[in-house]
Amino acid sequence: MSDLLKLSLAEARDGLRAKSFSSVELTTASVKAIEGARELNAYIVETPEIAAKMATESDARIAKGEGGALEGVPLGIKDLFCTKGVQTTAASKILKGFKPVYESTVTSKLWAAGAVMTGKLNLDEFAMGSSNETSHFGPAINPWRRGNDATKLVPGGSSGGSAAAVAADLVFGATGTDTGGSIRQPASVVGIAGIKPTYGRCSRWGIVAFASSLDQAGPMAKTVKDCAILLREMSGYDPKDSTSVDMAVPDFEAACSRGVKGLRIGVPKEYRIDGVPAEIDALWEQGIAWLKDAGAEIVEVSLPHTKYALPAYYIVAPAEASSNLARYDGVRYGLRAEADDLTEMYERTRAEGFGREVQRRILIGTYVLSAGYYDAYYIKAQKVRTLIAEDFNRAYETCDAILTPASPSPAFGIGEKANDPISMYLNDVYTVTVNLAGLPGIAVPAGLSKDGLPLGLQLIGRAFDEETLFAAGAALERAAGFSAKPAKWWA
Amino acid sequence: MSVDEKTVRRVARLARLAIPEERLAPMAGELNTILAWVEQLSELDTANVEPMTSVRPTRLPRRADVVTDGGYATDVVANAPRTEENYFVVPKVVE
Repeated sequence: MSDLLKLSLAEARDGLRAKSFSSVELTTASVKAIEGARELNAYIVETPEIAAKMATESDARIAKGEGGALEGVPLGIKDLFCTKGVQTTAASKILKGFKPVYESTVTSKLWAAGAVMTGKLNLDEFAMGSSNETSHFGPAINPWRRGNDATKLVPGGSSGGSAAAVAADLVFGATGTDTGGSIRQPASVVGIAGIKPTYGRCSRWGIVAFASSLDQAGPMAKTVKDCAILLREMSGYDPKDSTSVDMAVPDFEAACSRGVKGLRIGVPKEYRIDGVPAEIDALWEQGIAWLKDAGAEIVEVSLPHTKYALPAYYIVAPAEASSNLARYDGVRYGLRAEADDLTEMYERTRAEGFGREVQRRILIGTYVLSAGYYDAYYIKAQKVRTLIAEDFNRAYETCDAILTPASPSPAFGIGEKANDPISMYLNDVYTVTVNLAGLPGIAVPAGLSKDGLPLGLQLIGRAFDEETLFAAGAALERAAGFSAKPAKWWA
Repeated sequence: MSVDEKTVRRVARLARLAIPEERLAPMAGELNTILAWVEQLSELDTANVEPMTSVRPTRLPRRADVVTDGGYATDVVANAPRTEENYFVVPKVVE
């Protein structure tokens, strides 16, 4: 029965529609696989009873010839999305035990389309991290290993539980969120696909906020087409998010078979970064060749402000985070440390409830927003953001999408980078520009490192042109023919 | 620009974060590492650049000024650490 879990989401969907198997069969297999993979620590909360109930209801709808686009398909949900009645923690101690009384817009849409919830997936605390190591619940573990070396590797972050669950064939897809690369970098280091759509494509309502001008939800799944199927259901206007865009949602799945003939693919010279392993650049060259062979025209483009993106991000994101996280005060929800005095209660609650990286970012954010420093840091960073967006506008005068590496290294070992914040921040070097400019970006599995670990490539598109990314991403995927799977060592 | 222990104490107070005395110096070091790294932005002349206020030009949508939601105080306080009769309970703030 576990062979069912090897199917892609598209195949599972089609099999359910054809009644080749039931949602209960599929969901039972998924729930068992999740229980058997607890060593991966991918889930913070498993919801087998909810999954069973949803699967039974899906089967009833399918039997009547009804059902939505994801009817009966088991999914995992990053524990940053509020789920009604199910603990939602953002992987933080401060939200332990928090059971929302409402459902996020994105997850509501998935359930309306018939998807089945298997539980809540691990992440870096408040999505602040690139390795899952800042989770209060301990890191999720990458299903991949360096050959026979048993060293535990990180699944990337912040959507590391989502990445691990999909790569280990526990579920057919998962939600992620991406503020600086948190969908694309983990997807890349576990060998799956993931897309951060254009800012405004998915509603942020009911997603625990990190940096509101950068946060976007998106899908992570085994194939580009699977991501297309999921994104169509996750997208759409929501009056409850004032930055959500009232725009028709295209048939992303159809775009996957368009091909790249006539497309101009830009290659930015500034993405050749000193110190990045040669195999990353070699895979990039290979990707260029694949797209060229598939009929695309390759053009060199320049994004001159690329090197300033990460420093600008580490002003803007902490600034917005310090403001968003002010709500955790021990009064309305979550942890509370008792004290006689209100201010002391706030200070102790937040000191006990937030982990080290979150505290560091709150302090940086508070500092750069404080009187006397606001112009020097925050306004400066927002100006640099304008320059980065203008770089992309100029590049898109001569190309339709941009090809880059997705991650500067394959998965690294737990603890290897934990004590050096800047080296950890550099994991987002290829992805963060996209968030600053509000553009869509997709990560596609493309090859293996010399140690046998997955490496991905990224395509960056024009605002609201995810279709081109699905077209080029699917072409890249076909050319790469990435079919490697991690050898099962867990349970 | 670099921060010292005094600044960390002041910022921590603004952020309502209790930082133990012995953590002030290490935290100042950590913050200075990050601030020194973001300092490279000063290489850029941004005198004539508008700061970004929105990733795409947009006007915030408006709606009629009417009540559209609410009336469930029990839900609002459902996750609160301490409540009484649908009120949040906090330490005494008025003498």
